[in-house]
Amino acid sequence: MILVKDNRCDFCGTCVAVCPVDAIELREADISIIHDTCIDCDICIWVCPIDVLSSDVTKEGVTHD
Amino acid sequence: MTDYDVIVVGGGPAGSMAAEAAAKQGAKTMMLEKDRDIGYPVRCGEGVGATGLKKFIDPDPNWIATTISKVRMRSPDNTQVDFGMQDAGYVLHRRLFDYALANRASQAGVDIQTRAYVDGLIIEDDSVCGVKYQYMGENRQLTSKIVIAADGVESRVGRMAGIRTATKLKDMESGYQASVGNIDVDQEMIDFFVGDNWAPGGYLWIFPKGDGMANIGLGVSGVHAKNHNAHDMTHAFIKKYFPKASVLTSVCGGIPIAKTLKKITAHGLMLTGDAARMVNPVTGGGIITGMEGGQIAGDVAGQAIQSGDYTIEGLKDYPQRWHKSEGKNHETFYRISQAIEEITDDQLNKIAHRLVKTPSENLSLLKIFTAVAREKPKILLDVTRAFAGV
Repeated sequence: MILVKDNRCDFCGTCVAVCPVDAIELREADISIIHDTCIDCDICIWVCPIDVLSSDVTKEGVTHD
Repeated sequence: MTDYDVIVVGGGPAGSMAAEAAAKQGAKTMMLEKDRDIGYPVRCGEGVGATGLKKFIDPDPNWIATTISKVRMRSPDNTQVDFGMQDAGYVLHRRLFDYALANRASQAGVDIQTRAYVDGLIIEDDSVCGVKYQYMGENRQLTSKIVIAADGVESRVGRMAGIRTATKLKDMESGYQASVGNIDVDQEMIDFFVGDNWAPGGYLWIFPKGDGMANIGLGVSGVHAKNHNAHDMTHAFIKKYFPKASVLTSVCGGIPIAKTLKKITAHGLMLTGDAARMVNPVTGGGIITGMEGGQIAGDVAGQAIQSGDYTIEGLKDYPQRWHKSEGKNHETFYRISQAIEEITDDQLNKIAHRLVKTPSENLSLLKIFTAVAREKPKILLDVTRAFAGV
């Protein structure tokens, strides 16, 4: 499951642009992962310029449903 | 009767140019911007070529930070190759620049709404007929004949209409930039660093912004981004080379270095700027190309409103005119960028060692190209092929 590290996202949308299944929603200052759609390919985690996304539930992070 | 003839989603340079061009053709036009401000936050290195810019707007000292006349390229081992520019460049204050373009659009009669987050399209009979958006927590909608999506790298409007816009990881640069103060750099020079140690699959840049300030940023290819974080690399660079500099602003963002999307129109819809992947794949520059694409989109939209045909057929001049003006160059640049990608750090160093022996005033593009070709003959073939289109 992809998680967003709370309060660290800059809302730049790079993850949205590479998401192959359109599973990331971005507003002015709000980002959320649509977990039902997400295929856990992890490329959003790699491409994030400030390392805000995580797939590891043991790391700091909260889900935004 | 629709609320508007044309609705432009996104208030960056491409959006403002599109809206202005549509309004000038007599179309009743609205531009929606998701953020609170036009022009902010600035997700951009802010460098442009003077000739390209002047095609669309007269340079104004209010939004020009510095005028550039020199380029420095640095190889992985920090060998410096200096050369002059045939065309001058500018580093912009994008926030003020975007304001100026939006203001010009509004003077042409465009209505503008900020804080308007488009979260859906109105689609009837396979044709886009308007947008749904949120304004201050309130759901609203506006009907239109044509929607122009200039909603940036993260564009979702195209996807809402079924156009595949997702960019491959290898065609996306993961970018980060700090605008720093207390830095002593040549105010007329842009400084590029190429090689895996600076920015794997991309480059690092220093663009002067006047008054002891500069933009320092880099883009890492998506395929290298798994192990190279743009934020960490930028700050490590600043700490090492400019320890006294202070970070005044920092931004991150994706730079799409893909080919323009194959499909940039649907019934009642046009995509432009970063949303259509109109960024130059070699330089990563997207301001001028976005303005060009936006202006053509707006112009064609305005004509389609007059003719009454908003289908793909009625909008067909748009992809054609884009291809003729910039699109075909982009395909060439894309092929060159693929060839450059294969040059190793060792080869880059050798090329730089060869070039550095030539005085900068004698350094022509041909000399640079010859040096590259000597080190990597295959690139000669790739570039020739790219220009020949085979």
